[in-house]
Amino acid sequence: MSDFDADIPEVRAVSETGVPIRGNDIDTDQIIPARFMKVVTFDGLGQFAFFDVRYDDDDNQKAHPMNEERFNEANVMVVNDNFGCGSSREHAPQALMRWGIDAFIGESFAEIFAGNCLALGMPTVTADSETIADLQDWVEANPDGDIDIDVENETVTYGGQTVDVDVDDAQRQALVEGIWDTTALMSANSGEISATAASLPYLK
Amino acid sequence: MSQGTLYDKVWDEHKVTQLPNGQDQLFVGLHLIHEVTSPQAFGMLRERDIEVARPDLTHATVDHIVPTSDQSRPYSDDAAEEMMSELEQNVREANIEFSDPSTGDQGIVHVIGPEQGITQPGKTIVCGDSHTSTHGAFGALAFGIGTSQIRDVLATQCIAMEKQKVRKIQVDGELGAGVEAKDIILEIIRRLGTDGGVGYVYEYAGEAIENLDMEGRMSICNMSIEGGARAGYVNPDETTYEWMKETDYFQENPEKFDELKPYWESIRSDEDAEYDDVVHIDASELEPVVTWGTTPGQGIGITEPIPHPEDLPEDKQETARRAQEHMRVEPGETMAGYDIDVVFLGSCTNARLPDLRRAAAIVEGRDVDDSVRAMVVPGSQRVQEAAEEEGLADVFREAGFEWRNAGCSMCLGMNEDQLEGDEASASSSNRNFVGRQGSKDGRTVLMNPQMVAAAAITGEVTDVRELPEVTPV
Repeated sequence: MSDFDADIPEVRAVSETGVPIRGNDIDTDQIIPARFMKVVTFDGLGQFAFFDVRYDDDDNQKAHPMNEERFNEANVMVVNDNFGCGSSREHAPQALMRWGIDAFIGESFAEIFAGNCLALGMPTVTADSETIADLQDWVEANPDGDIDIDVENETVTYGGQTVDVDVDDAQRQALVEGIWDTTALMSANSGEISATAASLPYLK
Repeated sequence: MSQGTLYDKVWDEHKVTQLPNGQDQLFVGLHLIHEVTSPQAFGMLRERDIEVARPDLTHATVDHIVPTSDQSRPYSDDAAEEMMSELEQNVREANIEFSDPSTGDQGIVHVIGPEQGITQPGKTIVCGDSHTSTHGAFGALAFGIGTSQIRDVLATQCIAMEKQKVRKIQVDGELGAGVEAKDIILEIIRRLGTDGGVGYVYEYAGEAIENLDMEGRMSICNMSIEGGARAGYVNPDETTYEWMKETDYFQENPEKFDELKPYWESIRSDEDAEYDDVVHIDASELEPVVTWGTTPGQGIGITEPIPHPEDLPEDKQETARRAQEHMRVEPGETMAGYDIDVVFLGSCTNARLPDLRRAAAIVEGRDVDDSVRAMVVPGSQRVQEAAEEEGLADVFREAGFEWRNAGCSMCLGMNEDQLEGDEASASSSNRNFVGRQGSKDGRTVLMNPQMVAAAAITGEVTDVRELPEVTPV
């Protein structure tokens, strides 16, 4: 069962420009409204990311950072508290990834969202609200400025300063060592899987 | 870390090994799939030329996109038809059992698992749906997963996870008239916050929980995720076992009941279990809770004033201001009297038979207000059939409700059942996010089924306890 070892890159660091998305409790229904999930692949979801807050009823652009040309090339999304709450839809990080996002820095992330991001190799690093607010302001003022996320050492460097951030232990290890393809990882343990299954009272 | 809790025991029972990334590999006892989050996972398997490892432990239904009116094929919505066809092909190729509408067993994934008895105490249960926490009502360890994890489970019947902390939520006292399980969970989310449960699993315990029927326990566990907790559970007890006995699985395999009961008993949290946190709630102090905002944590007792944003913790103020603007509510006022255009009685939170019974008791002999479009969407075909047999469907129809077929429907607006424009809904569902019910300007007020029924009658948010000549249960 080792014939599907995918080519899994290590994600030690991300160094790119940012886009600030402000607000707490931004849910996955906002990130990708359900009507855009009537599809059987994730292809093409990028254009619908945050659709209802980016476009009005006539599909005209509304004021939103993701509609601003200066943030067009951004790869790091800087967010606030409980980002990605609600539905488990992987369509949400898939849409943001396909829009161009590679990493998130925020106050906190909903668990399923963070897990989905990890499965896609996207870090979700956290920092306190003050650090995030400063970073959002800086990104606003420096849309072309690079943000360096050092996943391994849990720091973010921007504008000549380095701040400490938190990366969940398993996430850090998985990204840094390039072992976030859990399908390959787990299928290697087929003997143990069978043994566990055989020990379960309800499968006897 | 917790010790001796159901969570610890079920985790240990299913732990396969520790992975090199530090996560544990857990065996999955039941994998539920539906049409929205699974097709991409089957696509990933095809790309890697992998077969489904345990189709016998996988079960499919169709719920999110299924029309609740005309279900003849092909569906009038091409996208819905494509998703259904894709699911049919996937389950056929992999030999996965499928509760499709022709079986009479179809319904919302979190309603049908318990009905059929495939949801059981002490199982690990996953589904590409955040409300999988529902199955925790049976003492299962159940949580929602993303599509890449669905791929993992299809390929290996395992999931990679980190163990979380356990918070015991002790709910003592008795619920008053008109106050339900839904109000307990809305109160919990309001108190602990929409992110209060991040990193935790919730154990619901205490007299008020033990006194609930299984449907009530499901309503509570269902919304664990709205409080940030990926899983929530209730220790199994006689109420649980009575339910299990009546299900298909144990009707067909009665010997299994006696075989498994000792296991179910053994996984109950120990008397001296250690928790990472304990929270107490007095059920007797609760009144019906309704939401005033756009997160499930923005709830309030029906007689209480909507908070002024400046009185909230600083990090909640901006969200509250935006929510109040969207909802067009005034701080200082109560939610009673808020105009309602649409009434939705449905969803995996509150569309089981007792939910419909309680709502029907309020509706009986009354008429839906002229200003209101009201619908009942049973959680499953079995609920639908039972409700029709005992006359509930007629009660709703005679009052002016539409009586629909089973599905997720207006809970998330993926089929034709959607809010239009800035309509306001009184909804027994679980999320009041902006745009959730299909219109970005739509406004959702979450409440229990009796309160939903009362809103249908008056056309506004109404304290069901104040409705003349009605005795709420």
